[in-house]
Amino acid sequence: MADQDHEERERGLMRRVWRSVFPGPVIPATDRERRWVVVNTLLLHLRPAQVPVRTIPFTHTFGLGGMSLVLVLLLFATGMLMMFVYEPSPDAAYASVAGLQDDVLFGGLIRGIHHFSANFLVVVVLMHLLRVYLTGGYHGPRRFNWVIGLALLFGILVGNFTGYLLPWDQLSYWAITISTAMLAYVPWIGEGLQQLARGGPEITDATLIGFFTIHTTVVPAVLIVLMAWHFWRVRKARGVVVPKDAGEVIDGKPETVLFVPHLLTREVALACLLTAVVVVTSMLVSAPLGAEANPGMSPNPAKAPWYFLGFQELLLHFHPVVAVVVIPLAAALFAALLPYLGYREGIDGVWMMSATGRRSGLLAIGFAAVATPALVIADELGSGSPGSATGLTGLMPAVVVAVVVGVVVIALRKVTGAPREELLQAVVLLLFVVLVVLTVIGIWFRGEGMALVWPWEAT
Amino acid sequence: MATPNPAKGASTRRGFLGRLWLWLGGLAVLEGLWITGSILKPRSNRSAADDDAVVVAGPVDRFDPGTVTAFPAGRFYLSRLDNGGFLALSRSCTHLGCTVPWVEDEGRFVCPCHASSFDCRGEVLSPPATRALDLHPVRIENGVVKVDTSTTITRQAFAPSQVVRS
Repeated sequence: MADQDHEERERGLMRRVWRSVFPGPVIPATDRERRWVVVNTLLLHLRPAQVPVRTIPFTHTFGLGGMSLVLVLLLFATGMLMMFVYEPSPDAAYASVAGLQDDVLFGGLIRGIHHFSANFLVVVVLMHLLRVYLTGGYHGPRRFNWVIGLALLFGILVGNFTGYLLPWDQLSYWAITISTAMLAYVPWIGEGLQQLARGGPEITDATLIGFFTIHTTVVPAVLIVLMAWHFWRVRKARGVVVPKDAGEVIDGKPETVLFVPHLLTREVALACLLTAVVVVTSMLVSAPLGAEANPGMSPNPAKAPWYFLGFQELLLHFHPVVAVVVIPLAAALFAALLPYLGYREGIDGVWMMSATGRRSGLLAIGFAAVATPALVIADELGSGSPGSATGLTGLMPAVVVAVVVGVVVIALRKVTGAPREELLQAVVLLLFVVLVVLTVIGIWFRGEGMALVWPWEAT
Repeated sequence: MATPNPAKGASTRRGFLGRLWLWLGGLAVLEGLWITGSILKPRSNRSAADDDAVVVAGPVDRFDPGTVTAFPAGRFYLSRLDNGGFLALSRSCTHLGCTVPWVEDEGRFVCPCHASSFDCRGEVLSPPATRALDLHPVRIENGVVKVDTSTTITRQAFAPSQVVRS
């Protein structure tokens, strides 16, 4: 140490300043230096110096968690820029967004990056959730991190939803009208919930300022805290789950490689690629901005934001209380309790638990992919209108669906001989695919008056 | 330094003070929640005291029986039934709150969002809506129809008692 100080004194002012900011090598050349850099750099020290070699291949995690982080950072950056221009009042909001598009250099591009990052983010986090589920990354020390991940998903949906209103065009105004109107179906407290969400009985300046504040302050703050917790928990669980074959036991410490360069290079490359995809998409396609909001004229059809269209689709087939309250709450509770339901030892890291798990899971996915559209079409033909007659007959459709799922589980056990937790996995995948199919129908196959149409016929 | 460990539940000065701090902390949290709640609480931006909350629709005989007249500023329709009675129907669909236009040719309200339809009394003709259109109170003073848009009456179905006659 004394030698180093002496050396510094010899070399002059600039050298001393540089040394104080970067006490070590900036670009490490040896393994010793690489380890040193990871431990002694603020950002890199969030990561371990060494990572298990089997977690490195892209096809284990598909980099989905890292991609989510990159998209969130893009959202923060572009969001901050747009806040300098945006005016959160019904009289000025639309004009300020249109002005950003038309008068600000690269304003449209900035808004496009924000728009596409937000929409990609919903898809990427859902795929991340699915990856963690399929690789068994929610057992043992990772159990609670699954729950934090769900909270992050919720935060991201709130962020997307509150951002949807801000352009104050026809699309956003009516989407928020319908989505908040769904709250009124909650028994007893529905009216109050709806008024709380809207800041009054109708969508007004109070709604806009509320959504703006949640979108630009509450959500980012909550996301930063939850993300830090999420990442820290991954560190505490010694990184992502190590993939293995069914029945394989990994003794002691798994074989590791250095984080720099093996993982960092891949992560940076993926981050660059993703950013390029988002930027190029935003250059080719502009973020939608319709006519200014007109409370007197609803567009036909009026749809919720796309990630809620699965629920809007449910509303066409089930009693409103079932569609808006029972199913979402049951699904959220089920998802949160998933890690705690009791599993046999040693299935963490095994792709879909085992060979029978894979078979029963794929059968369930196939069944859901065929049965869901069939039921939707049957309901439409049976009732003669998209607003199905079953909506009036109460809980019947829900009971029918529950019976169908029960029969599927029994049939899968007979056919594949899968044990309990693998049947549970099959049910989870079945429900996931049902939600995906309903969302796809809601986005592309619902036209005027919410009638079923082909995507190329929809306006 | 080992302090003597008082038996659990025994009341000591230190234990009492500790609990006091806990209670004070809890109180502070409650206060914070109260303040947050009062800020988030919806402030109604239209009340009966407002001048524009009560819409003066016009003299009774301006509206022919069996017609529906739109009042875009008041966000309602004034429907005069065949028997001469009045109903002020909110224009928000009871399904998901879209604005329902009156389709003159078909003689009914048709919601553009999810194809619910209502007759001139606001009664549901086709789902997914399950409730009749909301009402605003109608008053007829000196042969002039007035509608109080600050109050919204929700109802399950049409009933003759809802009709206001001069």
